[in-house]
Amino acid sequence: MLTRRTLGLATAALALAAGLSSGAALAQQKTVVEFWHGLPQPLGGQLEEVVKGFNASQDKVQVNPSFKGSYPETMQAAIAAFRAGNAPHIVQMFEVGTATMLAAGPAVKPVHQLMQETGATVDPKAYIPAVSGYYSSKDGKMMALPFNSSTNIMFYNKDAFQKAGLDPNKAPATWPELIGAAKALKAAGIACPFTTSWPTWAQFEQLGAIHDTPFASQANGFGGLNAELKINAPLYVKHVQTLVDMQKEGTFRYGGRDNKPDGLFPSGECAIIHASSGLRSRIAKEATFAWGAAPLPYWPDQIKGEPKNGIIGGAAFWVMTAPKRTPAEYKAVSEFFTYLAKPEIDAKWHMDTGYVPVTFKGFELAKAEGFYEKNPGADVPAKQLTRTPTTENTMGLRLGNLPEIRNIIQEELEKAFQGQPVQQSLDTAVQRGNVVLRNFERANKN
Amino acid sequence: MQRRVIFDNKLLPYLLLAPQVAVTLVFFIWPAAQAIWQSVHIQDAFGLRSEFVWFENFEVILRDPNYIETLKTTAIFSVSVTVLSLGVALLLAVLADSKIKGARAYKTLLIWPYALAPAVAAVLWMFIFNPEIGSLGQLLNRLGLDWDYRLNGTQAMIMVILAASWKQVAYNFIFFLAGLQAIPRSVMEAASIDGAGPVRRFWTITFPLLSPTTFFLLVVDMVYAFFETFGTIHALTHGGPGKSTETLIFRVYQDGVVNNDLGASSAQSVILMVIVIALTAVQFRFVERKVHYA
Repeated sequence: MLTRRTLGLATAALALAAGLSSGAALAQQKTVVEFWHGLPQPLGGQLEEVVKGFNASQDKVQVNPSFKGSYPETMQAAIAAFRAGNAPHIVQMFEVGTATMLAAGPAVKPVHQLMQETGATVDPKAYIPAVSGYYSSKDGKMMALPFNSSTNIMFYNKDAFQKAGLDPNKAPATWPELIGAAKALKAAGIACPFTTSWPTWAQFEQLGAIHDTPFASQANGFGGLNAELKINAPLYVKHVQTLVDMQKEGTFRYGGRDNKPDGLFPSGECAIIHASSGLRSRIAKEATFAWGAAPLPYWPDQIKGEPKNGIIGGAAFWVMTAPKRTPAEYKAVSEFFTYLAKPEIDAKWHMDTGYVPVTFKGFELAKAEGFYEKNPGADVPAKQLTRTPTTENTMGLRLGNLPEIRNIIQEELEKAFQGQPVQQSLDTAVQRGNVVLRNFERANKN
Repeated sequence: MQRRVIFDNKLLPYLLLAPQVAVTLVFFIWPAAQAIWQSVHIQDAFGLRSEFVWFENFEVILRDPNYIETLKTTAIFSVSVTVLSLGVALLLAVLADSKIKGARAYKTLLIWPYALAPAVAAVLWMFIFNPEIGSLGQLLNRLGLDWDYRLNGTQAMIMVILAASWKQVAYNFIFFLAGLQAIPRSVMEAASIDGAGPVRRFWTITFPLLSPTTFFLLVVDMVYAFFETFGTIHALTHGGPGKSTETLIFRVYQDGVVNNDLGASSAQSVILMVIVIALTAVQFRFVERKVHYA
């Protein structure tokens, strides 16, 4: 005889079975896309929210995001997976890995080709040229989908400026002005007037772009694998010499490699920092003083006309190939990309995270929502990126093994700060960097 | 006495050996063979194009003045870490072994650091030595010492040596303490009665009787300094400033994982393997002769 309890149990079991089978059926219908990214928290969580938004917006494609460690680790994981024959559909790759991905040939499906094959469209002209240029082939075809881009700007401590008798509403626009301000700050008893995060990105790559001076030959590597470094040119020597001199007189502090110096600004230790625009949210959260944002300064005597646009950092999304990949899967990837390219997604991502808007429409949308009135200075990065049309020196860098070259430059820079002559340090950096470029050329020639 | 074969079955011994052999094959022989194969090839990151180049990778590495510098750095680093961690551990073990109040508490405290992961230990040291937020770093700067390990190579080296040794001291301490406790009291007491002071007792009795332990630890510490200090250096200095704290193992990682140059990285691993095998062989051949096994 059926008791009420067993009846209840049976019903529950039936319901569960039905639920499971319909769930399985649903999963079978959906095309699954593996998406590997390299953003730690809180940014990683925000990225996964974007993916969730896409998954909820339709019922045919299921994108599975997974965090694979830092950018270099994600790159390594993707390469290892490709070698094993099961690369993810999409991988997020930092900007300095661009040349490596482009040289990967059959391992990567260029975005323009993906769009053509699947009949979707993502208009390259919708993107800010400094962004799309970085991820395009020389003839302007999009190779990867730009997503989280940043640039390098200057943050300064308004309270410290006030204390030193400087105008807190006027950031130094040129290097002589910055040096003057740093001296005043030191005289006012500030132990660290000025520091820089990302020494290579800010003080070499951005410097070259802003002054329309090549970082490397062959249009910074866009022209071919046979590029050679140019960072021992007078502009770079003068600039590094200035930093070394400032370090000696105590108006500049070298705070370490990559983004290690980030914390020196929000803690109030250093009064001026050159850092990623992405540092903004951390400063907003941690700083207990009034602060401002401004474009990077320039050398008036080293520049023809106006300072040019800065270049980007951050990452883009690349489509990878695998032996068993079906057209339906590529179609699913292209649908995800079309979604990401929407201005409202771009604008929201920009406002939530501090990355720059990558499309013109996204920028307009953020303006229309009054974001920049509520957050003065938040438009500095986008303005710096768009202030001039790009030239071959401001499109970005297309150099093989750029992460290695960055480390070489940082090493030689540290030697210069320890007393090695600047010219010698930069000559050595060029010579060592060229060895890296030649090795890359050799390993990737067809 | 008759030595008898315990196993009647001829297959059983091999079967019992098999797991160990399998582990060695999978985790040592197979990767080592791959490293040797990679070291004679030049390959792009994705493994799409591969070129056989004989010993060119080795040639390039050995001609690279930076590699020779790294070799010197590694020698200084490894010898310092080994000597420092052995010396300090021996001193502490001798002190902890004497009859003092709270010896147990000291022993426990001294063993603790061994339970820490190298990267965690390195972060602790960073909080001590960082010039801006580190307690000792701030103090040194206030004393006018101009402490900044991000720019001063010597300071950086001292810091990584201290951090790497500190962790190994705990390990050495356990072994020395065990070694000390195994020394018969009667021998020590006889020496005392004969009028030998503590220093003489140490050098003529304790130290020789500890020599098997010391020798074992010498080999282990050397291997530790060569291979296992990667986490410490990675977390503290990333091999900088310049290349002043870049050891061989750190460069293998840098070239292989960060720079995607598998050929150069594998050639270096092969060189590193040869160095450590040679060092261990030398230690066994020459140092072991002086070791007194009781």
